[in-house]
Amino acid sequence: MGRGEADLIAFIVQRLINGIVVMAAVAFIAYLMFAFIGDPVASMLGDNATIEQREQLRVQLGLDRSLPLQYLSFLWRAVHGEFGISYRQLQPVSQLILARLPATLELSIAAAGLALAVGIPMGVYTGLRRDSWLARLFLTVSLIGVSLPSFLTGIILILLFSVELNWFASFGRGDTVALGWWTTGLLTVSGLKALVLPSITLSLFQLTLIMRLVRAEMLEVLRTDYVKFARARGLTDRAVHFGHALKNTMVPVITITGLQLGSIIAFAIVTETVFQWPGMGLLIIQAINFADIPVIAAYLVLIAFLFVTINLAVDLLYYAVDPRIRVERAGALG
Amino acid sequence: MIALTRFADSDFVYRFRRSPVTVGAAALTMFFIAVALLAPWLAPFDPFDPAKLDIMDARLPPAWRPGGTMKYLLGTDNQGRDVLSAIMYGSRISLAVSVGATGFALVLGVTLGLVAGYLGGRVDNFIMRLADVKLSFPTILIALMVDGIIRNSLPRELHRDIALYVLIFAIGISNWVQYARTVRGTTLVEKNKEYVQAARITGLSPVRIMAQHVLPNALGPVLVIATLGLGGAILTEATLSFLGLGAPATQPSLGTLIRIGNEVLFSGEWWITIFPGIYLVALVLAVNLLGDWLRDALNPKLR
Repeated sequence: MGRGEADLIAFIVQRLINGIVVMAAVAFIAYLMFAFIGDPVASMLGDNATIEQREQLRVQLGLDRSLPLQYLSFLWRAVHGEFGISYRQLQPVSQLILARLPATLELSIAAAGLALAVGIPMGVYTGLRRDSWLARLFLTVSLIGVSLPSFLTGIILILLFSVELNWFASFGRGDTVALGWWTTGLLTVSGLKALVLPSITLSLFQLTLIMRLVRAEMLEVLRTDYVKFARARGLTDRAVHFGHALKNTMVPVITITGLQLGSIIAFAIVTETVFQWPGMGLLIIQAINFADIPVIAAYLVLIAFLFVTINLAVDLLYYAVDPRIRVERAGALG
Repeated sequence: MIALTRFADSDFVYRFRRSPVTVGAAALTMFFIAVALLAPWLAPFDPFDPAKLDIMDARLPPAWRPGGTMKYLLGTDNQGRDVLSAIMYGSRISLAVSVGATGFALVLGVTLGLVAGYLGGRVDNFIMRLADVKLSFPTILIALMVDGIIRNSLPRELHRDIALYVLIFAIGISNWVQYARTVRGTTLVEKNKEYVQAARITGLSPVRIMAQHVLPNALGPVLVIATLGLGGAILTEATLSFLGLGAPATQPSLGTLIRIGNEVLFSGEWWITIFPGIYLVALVLAVNLLGDWLRDALNPKLR
């Protein structure tokens, strides 16, 4: 085994241990919430229940057992994707989350796609024609886009396109089609129309980020010797710009977008609240407002798992792309 | 006095005066701070005094629209509160929370950075590992979960009384890493220099060496991070309050006002949402422009 491989394995193991420690800590917080916050029996049964009913539910929820046992059973069930029963909706939490997952994923992926599809061409344009008025306009607009909180963007879009022009519905997913357990809004006209405003809202920040990134990378790459050499060989502008320059800007763009996927899913909480989009974000906000502890705990564990996985994947990707990067890299990435 | 004239003649002030955008941003920021501090005296009404609210005045449009009156320049909300006064009082809460959160993040981050850099070894390793973990989650998500968990852990009445402090804690705890990293970097460089060794030989306590000898070297970058962090904290606070977490309805911040307006958006009363929104964006933009300029001005590489 070569030195490089040993390094790689050590690197992966260290990242894995990091991830496991984070997950254990988050699961512990989730369990503490489960065990010590509020009285689940009271919040599920209301004030009129008899003592027998309370006792029955207490046994049913496993609340009569000792705390270490409860923690172990919590961990055991969490690993199997079971997080108990929602206090508010009286359904298994895993079912609730699974039912909301497609809405959030469709919205997030649509937003990420939109950000890439619009952000890359805008970045290329502003990089190539940096002094044109259109490029300056793009940059100014992107500065405002960064300062505008996303809930305000959503409200303004609703005000313009729903209240004034009445082009799009302002809330919900429209009609959905069930494909097994996955409900999709992508197969109906009203579902697609409902996706337009929320995905624009969610993508705006990432879009400006990608545009600025591509612009900066293009400016950087266009100064390099091999681009000058390509020009000297008499290649057309088109071949130089898109064949040589753009291709080399894509590595950072792809990694940053991958990292941003987590942040898109986090910001989906805000977008979903503005548009009453029935995804996981809306679920967690309602859960926090109604003290629905099992849902909060499950969301906490799930989102932590998601981020740990994304970060691990991006770390490995970075390592694969650029072997100069060693474990210290984690320190450089804000 | 001499110090003041020297400051007025410095490069720093010269560069500041040469940039009209920055002077504008600074003036605007001062204006926002003044409004927030003086809200009880400047505002035409006290939006928190239920005795002065008149439900007959609810949902009046701004003065220049048909049906509006000069009494309520920017109109009223669904409870008859003067929107202009509510914005002034709201900006007071927004700024108080975000300044508090930035201050908390700064103290926490600087302390951890100094300790990590100065002590090194296991302590350093642990703090920086913690920083990595924090960085792998978005700020808004951490602030939201911390606020949500504390909110549900406390008795309802207790939480209502200390909601703003919970918010300061939640936003502060999600923003300390940048300070810690910067200060740690400076500390690692400075702690091996001769003047620090000299201080150590004279028997000064580590706390005093860290605070009086090492820390001043990091103050420039810390100031930049704090200014840019303030803009971010204002946005985080507004977002949490918009989501119905954050500031309670009895102490509405700008984000809360936007949420209240959003609930009646469909009946056409746009002013309840839009005016607090414009005020919020202007505030964040001014602070961010100032922070951007400060970053460039204090960076010797860009001179």
